[in-house]
Amino acid sequence: MTEILELAAGNLISPIILSFVLGLTAALARSDLTIPEAVAKGMSIYLLFAIGFKGGAGVAAHGVDTTLVLTLVVATILSFGLPFIGYALLSVMSRFDTIDKAAVAAHYGSISIVTFVAATSVLQAQGIASEGYMVAAAAVMEAPAILSALFIVARTGGQSSGTVDAGLYREILLNGSIVLLVGSFLIGAVTGEDGLDTIAPFIIAPFQGVLCLFLLDMGLVAGRGLRESRGELGLGPVAFGMLMPLIGSAFGLIGALLVGLSPGGAALLMTLSASASYIAVPAAMRVALPEAKPSIYLTLSLGVTFPFNLTVGIPLYTALSTALVGG
Amino acid sequence: METHKAKRVEIIIESALESRLTDAMRKAGVTGYTVLPVKGGSGRSGEWSRSGQVSRGSGMSSVVCLIKPERLDELLDAAFAVVKPHIGVVSITDAEVLRAERF
Repeated sequence: MTEILELAAGNLISPIILSFVLGLTAALARSDLTIPEAVAKGMSIYLLFAIGFKGGAGVAAHGVDTTLVLTLVVATILSFGLPFIGYALLSVMSRFDTIDKAAVAAHYGSISIVTFVAATSVLQAQGIASEGYMVAAAAVMEAPAILSALFIVARTGGQSSGTVDAGLYREILLNGSIVLLVGSFLIGAVTGEDGLDTIAPFIIAPFQGVLCLFLLDMGLVAGRGLRESRGELGLGPVAFGMLMPLIGSAFGLIGALLVGLSPGGAALLMTLSASASYIAVPAAMRVALPEAKPSIYLTLSLGVTFPFNLTVGIPLYTALSTALVGG
Repeated sequence: METHKAKRVEIIIESALESRLTDAMRKAGVTGYTVLPVKGGSGRSGEWSRSGQVSRGSGMSSVVCLIKPERLDELLDAAFAVVKPHIGVVSITDAEVLRAERF
């Protein structure tokens, strides 16, 4: 327990967390600090490319094995399954209607790639190795939760006037983040350590600094979201935003133990299962379930769960995986 | 200089729906339109600002087109089928254009 608290304290005073806190504080204090939209987009592309490439290079170095395939299968099952748990939990902890509950549940089955990036950064700082293919696990966990949410709405008799067509499936599966992540992963896997050495000054050295600035922007966005949605969420949903990541991470840990991941890989699968989407899923929800309120699902995923995972979750998942998973 | 009557239709819609709207407009025979980013605003769903969005699904776009008055109903039917379930504003104003054959 002392070790977990020490880890959490150490994580809290890291530059990436403090950058997020700066952004959050500035937004809540109504500062006019902003990161230009194009800069934020550029940083997001950089981070996705860097993390995908490094993951691919890791796979090239260690080879492909059955654990990779099993990890992807478990990741897919988690993404399909977690929305059902989230929906059941929201039925007890909130007064949301079917559509809102299903939309929130979809966010918690899918993943936050920034939380994943932050977790890899924490692992790296602590010298804990992880499987490179966890990047691929992140990519496969983006979409299935959306299908689960649509299934829940259909089965529970929820009426939505949204559009579920081939275009939506294409947008979900070929979402820019997924294409970039998978694409850079494949480039890293093909070019291996030599390819990584070639572009290391670009994708390794500046990584932490760019992540700090990106998290500053995320803090600003989360703070503005919290300010604008004040009063929209009750205590129950806010508690859900902190309980669901713990439940998700527990399932992630079980999956990691079943597959036989390393402590680092287990921490990442726990983080993925605990995180909630705020990029791919909101866009899909606006098309498929337009009646669902963005002020509910975005505030929960970005304003509650993202900061929770960043400050409490990641150190907790790292400590638990280190303690419970054999290295 | 001779001018010709036209209708200017402006549709403000969630960015996630933008390609669906422009596809529907093309199917309705619209040959040209302009898409503009919307910086922010306020409406029934509350205030919002482009700088506060992390998701493409949360932003808004403005789609503007000029058409001949007799083709207005067909365009509105097609556009409204996309806009109806979503946040958005459809407005029509009288306009005049110089080169009628282009619309």
